[in-house]
Amino acid sequence: MTDLMEFVVSRFNYWIYVVLMMIGLYAMISKRNYVKKLIGMTIFQTSIILFYVSIGVKSNATIPIVDHHDVVHSEILVDHYANPLPHVLMLTAIVVGVATLGVGLAVIEKIYRQHGTIEEPELLADVDQT
Amino acid sequence: MKVFAFCLVFVTGVMLVMTAQDFPAWGDAHSAPNQYLSTYYIQHTYRDTAVPNIVTAVLADYRGFDTMFETSVIFCAGLGIAAILSFGPRNPKRRKRLGLPPSAEGDLIIQTTTRLLIPVTQLFALYVIAHGHHSPGGGFQGGVILAASFILLSLAYDLNMALSRLSDRLALLWGNGGLLIYAGIGLICVALGAHFLEYSALHAILPATDSVMARSHAMLGVEIGVGFTVMSMLFSIYTQLVSLGSLEDGL
Repeated sequence: MTDLMEFVVSRFNYWIYVVLMMIGLYAMISKRNYVKKLIGMTIFQTSIILFYVSIGVKSNATIPIVDHHDVVHSEILVDHYANPLPHVLMLTAIVVGVATLGVGLAVIEKIYRQHGTIEEPELLADVDQT
Repeated sequence: MKVFAFCLVFVTGVMLVMTAQDFPAWGDAHSAPNQYLSTYYIQHTYRDTAVPNIVTAVLADYRGFDTMFETSVIFCAGLGIAAILSFGPRNPKRRKRLGLPPSAEGDLIIQTTTRLLIPVTQLFALYVIAHGHHSPGGGFQGGVILAASFILLSLAYDLNMALSRLSDRLALLWGNGGLLIYAGIGLICVALGAHFLEYSALHAILPATDSVMARSHAMLGVEIGVGFTVMSMLFSIYTQLVSLGSLEDGL
């Protein structure tokens, strides 16, 4: 039991990312409302961002901005700064995620105008009729 | 269907959790993702580019090509939303269709506070863009704050008020302009005989710079371009979605 607890606590960032990702995946698979599917997709995306940022963490490290004092007076210690690469990748992913979410919402609105519904079974029935 | 989906998700989740043992531990400075490339960036960025903020330097310089296309993705998303929602049958009776009450008069207290808040917000956004080399910030963050100030304006007053300050046409123009600034800086480098987006070549035309400072200055130009595009496209996406493409009245 203590082993399991230790396993959960020592890797809690991965547990949270897996749980969030599975919530998003479940919403995408089982919900019939397209807006709810999009919400699931956004939760999925957030879990990926959490995953990336959490593997870049170093204990006792500061933000990845080089200290002027270090540059002049001493050497730049790699362990002193957090890993900048996940931050760079996720910075663009967040803004692009918002933009693509907007495209998704626009498509849903277009579907609603055309078919009068955003529920998947009703939409499929409507498509079959026409 | 729901039971099947739950079982599928549960099994996938258990399998993913089982892999957690193989991932680096929390805060491990010597794990594989924290070696190699990121070590190079931390040690060499300041020497290469004279920019202390490693994130900005990697974003705008080392991975400049990637960022240019990320920006163009945002621009294309804004264009796409306008194309999807603006064409086809309009929906002028949207308010009636959704059962909303007629557009209410704005609240005096909120409007007065907003008038004071928006200039400060925009000034802060410009600071975030311009000072992004030395403190947390950059084009994406500053652009989002600028867009937020316009969205605040449209929430406190109405959509027409915000659109009179930054019209839809102008927003597309600014988004285009921002991307052109970015690509233009890359093309100037080509014209100077270097590779696309190889900023160090710019010291030939920028006064009083060496090849290191040229990269720092070019990064500022690139970040300004990104800021323009992000600001105008996020505001355009908001106005299109909130008025369902009619741009007549929002929430």
